[in-house]
Amino acid sequence: MPVHQVTLSGIVAKTAGLTALELEGNNIRQLLKSLEAACPDLGPLIAKGVAVSIDGTLYRDDWFQPIPEGAEVFVIPRLAGG
Amino acid sequence: MAGNQEFDADRAQDFRVVGTRPARPDGMDKVTGKARFGADMNMPGQLIGKILRSPHPHARIKSIDASEALAMPGVKAVVTAEDFNADAKDRDVLTNIMARDKALYEGHAVAAVAATSRIKAQQALKRIKVNYEILPHVTDVDAAMQPDAPILHDDMFTQGLDEKPAKPSNINARHEFGHGDVEKGFAQADIVIERDFKTAATHQGYIEPHACVANVGADGMSELWVCTQGHFHVRSQCASLLGMDVSRLRVTASEIGGGFGGKTTVFIEPVALALSRKAGRPVKLVMTREEVFKASGPTASSSMRVKIGVKKDGTITAGEASLNYQGGAFPGAPADFGAMSAFACYDLENVKAVAFDVVTNRPKGAAYRAPGAPMSVFAVESVVDELAKEIGMDPFDLRLKNAARDGSKSSYGPKFGKIGLVACLEAAKAHPHYAAPLGPNQGRGVASGFWFNFGGETCSNLNVNEDGTITLAVGTPDIGGSRASMCIMVAEELEVPYERVRAIVADTSALGFNDTTEGSRVTFSSGMALIKAARKAKEEMCKRAAMMWDIPAEAVYWAEGAAHPSGPNAGDFEPMTIEEIAGSAAKTGGPIAGHHEYNADGAGVSFGTHIVDTEVDPETGYVKILRYTVVQDAGKAIHPDYVEGQFQGGAVQGIGWALNEEYIYGEDGRLQNATFLDYRLPVASDLPMIDTVIVEVPNPGHPYGVRGVGETGIVPPLAALANSVSAAAGVRLTDLPMSPPKVLKAIGATKLAAE
Repeated sequence: MPVHQVTLSGIVAKTAGLTALELEGNNIRQLLKSLEAACPDLGPLIAKGVAVSIDGTLYRDDWFQPIPEGAEVFVIPRLAGG
Repeated sequence: MAGNQEFDADRAQDFRVVGTRPARPDGMDKVTGKARFGADMNMPGQLIGKILRSPHPHARIKSIDASEALAMPGVKAVVTAEDFNADAKDRDVLTNIMARDKALYEGHAVAAVAATSRIKAQQALKRIKVNYEILPHVTDVDAAMQPDAPILHDDMFTQGLDEKPAKPSNINARHEFGHGDVEKGFAQADIVIERDFKTAATHQGYIEPHACVANVGADGMSELWVCTQGHFHVRSQCASLLGMDVSRLRVTASEIGGGFGGKTTVFIEPVALALSRKAGRPVKLVMTREEVFKASGPTASSSMRVKIGVKKDGTITAGEASLNYQGGAFPGAPADFGAMSAFACYDLENVKAVAFDVVTNRPKGAAYRAPGAPMSVFAVESVVDELAKEIGMDPFDLRLKNAARDGSKSSYGPKFGKIGLVACLEAAKAHPHYAAPLGPNQGRGVASGFWFNFGGETCSNLNVNEDGTITLAVGTPDIGGSRASMCIMVAEELEVPYERVRAIVADTSALGFNDTTEGSRVTFSSGMALIKAARKAKEEMCKRAAMMWDIPAEAVYWAEGAAHPSGPNAGDFEPMTIEEIAGSAAKTGGPIAGHHEYNADGAGVSFGTHIVDTEVDPETGYVKILRYTVVQDAGKAIHPDYVEGQFQGGAVQGIGWALNEEYIYGEDGRLQNATFLDYRLPVASDLPMIDTVIVEVPNPGHPYGVRGVGETGIVPPLAALANSVSAAAGVRLTDLPMSPPKVLKAIGATKLAAE
């Protein structure tokens, strides 16, 4: 499984207590499972919903979106609009 | 590069229907009064519901006695918090639609009545005895953050701090975004400006009040007619709040008289269902305008500090923002979005935005176009304007020098993909408006803005009718002309006339789940679903033609609304039109349809730039808008009229926010101006024609390049107006709204200082 440099942002970072870590995963679901395993405090926030940015494209719920090797990955608060 | 690369640049060179301006399918009904809005539905035997609301901004509910009301003739049901599912998944919504232990704001629902007439229902409300213990209240965001402030929720411990606080407070969460080292950046600057700003809470100001009719059958099968931006979301929330199966509730969205984010949640709908369930009859519930102001969801008010440093050559070295947003009595003020959006227009090495989500004794906020962004961008773009003046640089040149571009690291973290900010800035700078002369007491302001845009769960159907016309079913209520845009995209894809395609908003029993019409998502998401549905239908029609021609399906292609053999080798056949294929569908395999279900992503962010000229009357402080131009990236304008309409609507709502609109609270914690007479929306006579320029930098995530356009337009006006009025008045205005008394006071203070 590829390993990604993942940056955490906003309240995701504060809840995890760190801003960057290495996580493995072929897709968003696997990445989030790796994240929760590394930072159990993030469990409720992940369950409530976060957004994942892969190379600048924002995904809110797309578990099986592949993450290419070397991609820029951010986990940020879930976004909404009006 | 991740993301769905959907955009077809070759196809975009050859659009025939996309980009035209046909009449909207719902237009005739709306101008003749035939369209049915929320309050236009009536059911046989219906009762009228009314809601008893707290007169106190903060009070413990010690007891509720409805016995006298229930004994009145014509009164069929009374509900309180006990009539809702205490285990509902969204506890804040549960507590907001009907107060449980405490009333948290003036107007908070505490009980509701269903009676045979409105008058009987109103009389019954007066007979419900509520015993309140009045508690101290707080409505101001800064006051609510003080250690000695009255606490709304004993279980609110600020999230996002390094350590969990020992005591509860009114600060729900702290959010921080940014990168680099701002202190280092400020040390590199030649000029640093730091200012405080305030914005008032404003209401979305939709003309149609919330309205619904609920009918719960004896077997539990239920229907709900409602004006909403998202009937699937209404179904989910109501089912949870009432403890019922989703399958037992069918929700139909009426035509909608405006939403702008304010109709993305529930207020009266679960109450109407609870009353109907108890009374065994349909119940109609319509908010008054006063109730809309006091008990639906306005946007947040804010108190902010922004500091930006710049070198004399115009390089911004650092930007820092501290944002306090109050979003009413429950968590969820869009402080995080404010922090993420504040510096999004700039490519900065050193940037930091910290935001606090604060609760106060005001109605629970709801989304409002680009939630959270207009306020923080107002503060940042005001300081940028001041810096440009300080270093003697054109405000567009300063913005262009520091603008976010393709691949820039955004201030909220991820790098941008293909974006159109520079194209907007260049188009605005080149616009004749920017070079037009100004007179005495007149000023010009410019500002840019940003919004994320979203996709979301989407399910759309396309049916080819027996005469070859097309019917579309979407699950996203049409609040901005989206039915016309859907028809255009399908007409483009099937290469048939626009008039042959008709779209409806289907009820919740007809389609799979659809996310709400929000996040500027509908033309992007439902549109892409229908393009894909049309492609499936096209493939099927080619297959049917191939069957009738006895040739392989691969030897048939679609063009000009007909199936064609791919060449002489495929056979010598005249094109078979969609009408012919549809007319023989019964004999070739049955009805022809296309559908697509997905969770759309890749919506593509959006930028815009506004220019506004104002004239300030130095005697009265009145601000007259002389000229206004909106420049915004639409990716691709499917129906330019509606894109321009969104630009204009966003600008006008921003103008109202900047100049006049505000929730005014008295010392008693009660709203002082809950009518359109006292809450001053801009009207047509206040405004010039809003000029528009559509920039088209295609979104790679959509087959036709579409970006959402509904929200970005409200982001720049607050700052553009503040910059314009400040230039006209000769004094920096930092407190919105810039109503005549405030402008006059600022001018007076400057004169006094000069003397």
